[in-house]
Amino acid sequence: MIAAVGLALGIIAGVFLEPTVPVALQPYLPIAVVAALDAVFGGLRALLDGIFDDKVFVVSFVANVIVAALIVYLGDQLGVGTQLSTGVVVVLGIRIFSNAAAIRRHLFRA
Amino acid sequence: MSAAGAGPSGQGWRVLLEALRPRLTRAQLVAAVLLGLLGFALAVQLHSTAGQGLGSLSQQDLVRVLGDVSQRTQRLQQEVATLEATKRDLTSGTGGTSAAIQEARARAATLAILAGTAPAVGPGVQITILDPKGQVRAARLLDLVEELRDADAEAIQIGSVRVVASTFFIDASGGISVDGVILQPPYTVLAIGDQRSLTTSLEIPGGILEVLRQNDQADAVVTPKDTVKITALHALTPPQYARPAPTASPSSGG
Repeated sequence: MIAAVGLALGIIAGVFLEPTVPVALQPYLPIAVVAALDAVFGGLRALLDGIFDDKVFVVSFVANVIVAALIVYLGDQLGVGTQLSTGVVVVLGIRIFSNAAAIRRHLFRA
Repeated sequence: MSAAGAGPSGQGWRVLLEALRPRLTRAQLVAAVLLGLLGFALAVQLHSTAGQGLGSLSQQDLVRVLGDVSQRTQRLQQEVATLEATKRDLTSGTGGTSAAIQEARARAATLAILAGTAPAVGPGVQITILDPKGQVRAARLLDLVEELRDADAEAIQIGSVRVVASTFFIDASGGISVDGVILQPPYTVLAIGDQRSLTTSLEIPGGILEVLRQNDQADAVVTPKDTVKITALHALTPPQYARPAPTASPSSGG
């Protein structure tokens, strides 16, 4: 419940504060968001599996974001930033889908 | 949520409901903070994506966009050049057409006067042949017409008949039939052309007027006029056999 409230508060804050993304962060924020989404879905799955652990959740969340941003940064330095970003998004997307499928199986047995 | 506890999926829902119950645990707080961060970032990113221009694109993307734009510019410039060429063609074509139309109209007017299908006005002479004894024959009238043509008369009218290339003269009882119209003396001949040369050629010694006076005892009077109006028209009949022959150049016919 508190988590859901936190999510809602964050969205409201983002909508109403309308902060501009710093230029240095602009390439990384979308990837970081996708990575965080992956972590959230993973956490939800773990919750349903009964193995949710807040420490693991925090670590996976932060690590996901950092690794995703790092990969994008590395790609930019190597000149393959666009392709690497696409790759990261694809991988995270696949993970999100598989997590969502697991959640679905837990909730609907289907 | 009605499925909670009812079906085989009750286990999952129960776990979810359990998690949703407000409890102040560390796990809940941590999750709240992280999800808040995620929501914040999501909203910010969505907002900036909605309003973004080229600013968020990477260097490679910008290069590609620039390439696309310059290609597009090139294509559009080619299109502009093509359209301008077409426009030029059309404009000059219109000019050429109107010039051709003007030329054709002038030509048609000239030909209409020559063919006798249009009335003509201009300086010329009026010849009145008084033939009290009725001795003027058709051949004499033809001579007169030939004389006028020699003197470059551009339009001729005898009585109410326009004289054209096909005009014929036949002796008829009580007069002369010109193109089927019987004219009776006195004969009035109108001719448009250079007054001096017309008068001279008619009155030349041994010329047509002298012949008329001496041979036919007919008196003829030549009156130069500044404005001779030739209003009689020749009805054109389309040629039955002759067809225009295709010529390479329109002026070669003479």
